[in-house]
Amino acid sequence: MLTTIGKRLLTVLPTLIGVIIVTFLLTRALPGDPAAYFAGPAASKEAVEQIRVSLGLDKPLPEQFIRYVKDLTQGNLGNSLSTGRPVTTEIVSRLPASAELTLLGLILSMMIAVPLGILAAVKQGSWIDHTCRVVATAGVSLPVFFTGLLLVYVFYYILGWSPAPIGRLDAFTSAPPNYTGFYLIDSLVTGNWETFRATLSQLILPAATLCIFSLAPIARMTRASMLAVLASEFVRTARASGLDGRTVIITYAFRNAMLPVVTTLGMVFSFLLGANVLVEKVFAWPGIGSYAVEALLQSDFAPVQGFVLTMAVLYVLLNLLIDILYGVIDPRVRLEG
Amino acid sequence: MKRREFLKKATALAATAAVPGPSVINSAKAQSRKETLLIVSESGPNNIDIHGVGTNVPGYEVSWNCYDRLISHEMKDVNGTPYYDRDKFKMELAEDMNVGDMSATFKLKKNAKFQDGTPVTAKDVKWSLDRSVSVGGFPTFQMSAGSLTKPEQFVVVDDNTFRIDFARKDRLTIPDVATIVPCIINSELVKKNATEKDPWGLEYTKQNTAGSGAYKVTSWVPGTEVIMERNDAWVGGKLPETKKIIWRIVPSAGNRRALLERGDADISYDLPNKDFVELKSAGKLSIVSTPYSNGVQYIGMNVTQPPFNNPKVRQAVAYAIPYQKIMDAVLFGLAKPSFGAAPDAPTQVAWPQATKYNTDIAKAKALLAEAGFPNGFETTISFDLGFAGVNEPLCVLVQESLAQVGIKVSINKIPGANWRTELNKKTMPLYTNVFSGWLDYPEYFFIWCYHGKNSIFNTMSYQSATCDAFIDGAVTAAANGDKAKYEADVKGMVDTAFADMPRIPLYQPYVNVAMQKNVTGYQYWFHRRLDYRTFVKG
Repeated sequence: MLTTIGKRLLTVLPTLIGVIIVTFLLTRALPGDPAAYFAGPAASKEAVEQIRVSLGLDKPLPEQFIRYVKDLTQGNLGNSLSTGRPVTTEIVSRLPASAELTLLGLILSMMIAVPLGILAAVKQGSWIDHTCRVVATAGVSLPVFFTGLLLVYVFYYILGWSPAPIGRLDAFTSAPPNYTGFYLIDSLVTGNWETFRATLSQLILPAATLCIFSLAPIARMTRASMLAVLASEFVRTARASGLDGRTVIITYAFRNAMLPVVTTLGMVFSFLLGANVLVEKVFAWPGIGSYAVEALLQSDFAPVQGFVLTMAVLYVLLNLLIDILYGVIDPRVRLEG
Repeated sequence: MKRREFLKKATALAATAAVPGPSVINSAKAQSRKETLLIVSESGPNNIDIHGVGTNVPGYEVSWNCYDRLISHEMKDVNGTPYYDRDKFKMELAEDMNVGDMSATFKLKKNAKFQDGTPVTAKDVKWSLDRSVSVGGFPTFQMSAGSLTKPEQFVVVDDNTFRIDFARKDRLTIPDVATIVPCIINSELVKKNATEKDPWGLEYTKQNTAGSGAYKVTSWVPGTEVIMERNDAWVGGKLPETKKIIWRIVPSAGNRRALLERGDADISYDLPNKDFVELKSAGKLSIVSTPYSNGVQYIGMNVTQPPFNNPKVRQAVAYAIPYQKIMDAVLFGLAKPSFGAAPDAPTQVAWPQATKYNTDIAKAKALLAEAGFPNGFETTISFDLGFAGVNEPLCVLVQESLAQVGIKVSINKIPGANWRTELNKKTMPLYTNVFSGWLDYPEYFFIWCYHGKNSIFNTMSYQSATCDAFIDGAVTAAANGDKAKYEADVKGMVDTAFADMPRIPLYQPYVNVAMQKNVTGYQYWFHRRLDYRTFVKG
């Protein structure tokens, strides 16, 4: 098992090298001059040049690239101009914020979408099937920033049930000590219930927004793959053998229908992690997506490169995890290098 | 289950499931809430030292509140809002200022201490000013605007006495010492943290405050929040009432407004104009609107290329701008018009002031015909997407209006990161932009924006020997105190600029600040950012 994982990781190397080269070139090819941007509104030509030299942007591209790769091998992703801190520090502190939000959103979504999908498949054509279709269509066709703003409007502005949408914690609660970076876990570990509650109440709306958006792919995929499995012969055999409906559906049918669902989950997760920029913007969430977009708008190269690289690594790890899960779910699937 | 019953149950369930929000605040929290000011804004600092490489404008706000300068400005009342008085200085770290013919001598307050307890000495002052003229980039540029360019100009007389030698007579030297840039830094502390590659310790001050100011940064998470606490040993002025400032970054304008309206945030100042108008009429918050000092939004034209090299064409465009529509539909009235002065109104010795242009399509057509473009021409108007909220509708209105005189305009949206690069190239034929100067003097504005030495703010590449003579004359007259000549020259340069019309002034934008009713003490400063030191929460 370990050797196969090792082999798998080796094949990833060329992908990563490609990602490094492409992001480096792409960020350089973008219009916009970071030196002019960071020289400030009142800078003279000389001031812009001074800044260009101090940022090392006056050097030829190959030299800049070699320096970048050299720094990378030492785990240094460079410094962010827009926040003034090393990119590694920023990503380490922001990734858990995005991951906590995305995971919670995904778990919520799974809890709703999977049962909904199964029911829709079992009772095809019934009202629950139609509900599933409506919910999925509505969820996927509402843009996340709209759902987010709507939820804020209703639950914060009108009803006042939800706390102010200003990030992971309200301004007067202090963050729990940093063990995992997941506030929910950190506050639980230290037994700080007040922080736990504050964190959870901040999380509910953005997580619900993500959940609504990701319902569709999961519910539809569950339904489709359940339908295929329910029509197969072994299910008919099981039914014919007099097994009760529950056993047939959960133990036999669903287990076999899980493979495509797991694939979808993996895809949805990695997609959400990078694409929840809008949710992060609406809820002032200090996540990784809003950081990357902000950096991009300011032609701040280092964070953009760091972000793409982190995402590539995450994606690779996630795929590996899913492949391993396949083997657990269906022993017929072999993990091959 | 009946429908009505179901709904009832569902609502009850939802109500209990909702986690109690900020309504559950224990008494300790309530106390700290009272002594804390919660500010929300769109973006935060990237560096808390104004001398840093590429420090952004929010960073200036931190510097202003966490560092002291030798001197600052008194306040005066303008339309009910305290407004900095350009001509009256108040002592901050200095207890006395003596301005001579070619130098100014400052006595430092004897009990002034940096936040780590070391006394403030003339050595620190010299080191700080040396730093501001040596680090390059914006700080050095701002210092040079007041003829402060060389470390030799800064002299330590004794531990408590410091002198600035003037390079030449310049009326802007003393005002420049009161800007944000010449802040006084704890030199020993920073030197300890400096390296050979970084002799001025910029890496250290980027993340740490090392001043004697009224506040110190106790926590800063870039892009998320800045927390500042009061320095109880501050001697620069009256001790502030607010113990703690929490500055949260909330990118969504809608949410900033919701936070204000729900009473969760105390202050916000970068909301769309429409929101400010609605908030004002709702009357739940106090809204203060003040025109930018020495700032104008304008339409610029590149005078080096046809057709805009022809003054007649530029005047025609100036007559075809839908001024009033822009004021109403884009700004919702929250701006001060820079157009439409009465035809017989005399030119004032002031800047900004209104032009005599109004929307007059017939006149624009006639001027275009005279210039040899009876059927108009095609061109492109560019704007900065970073301020799309105002710029985009403004350009659409201009496009629509210019079409009436036959000028076909296409719109070019330029991303914020790219805007300055494009502006510096000076090749855009037609564009809209804002310029505003910290030092509120007409000649200061004109040196940057109209003078033939072609600074980067002379975005039109305007060259006029007549105008240059007036500007240079005004600068010299101001330095020598020749009032009559100064006034004549200022009028001269304004008249020349309005006749040649290389840039069309549209309006003075407003700084809009929204506060809870129990928050008082807002002051307008030349830098347009907040001064926390005077805020009081009732």
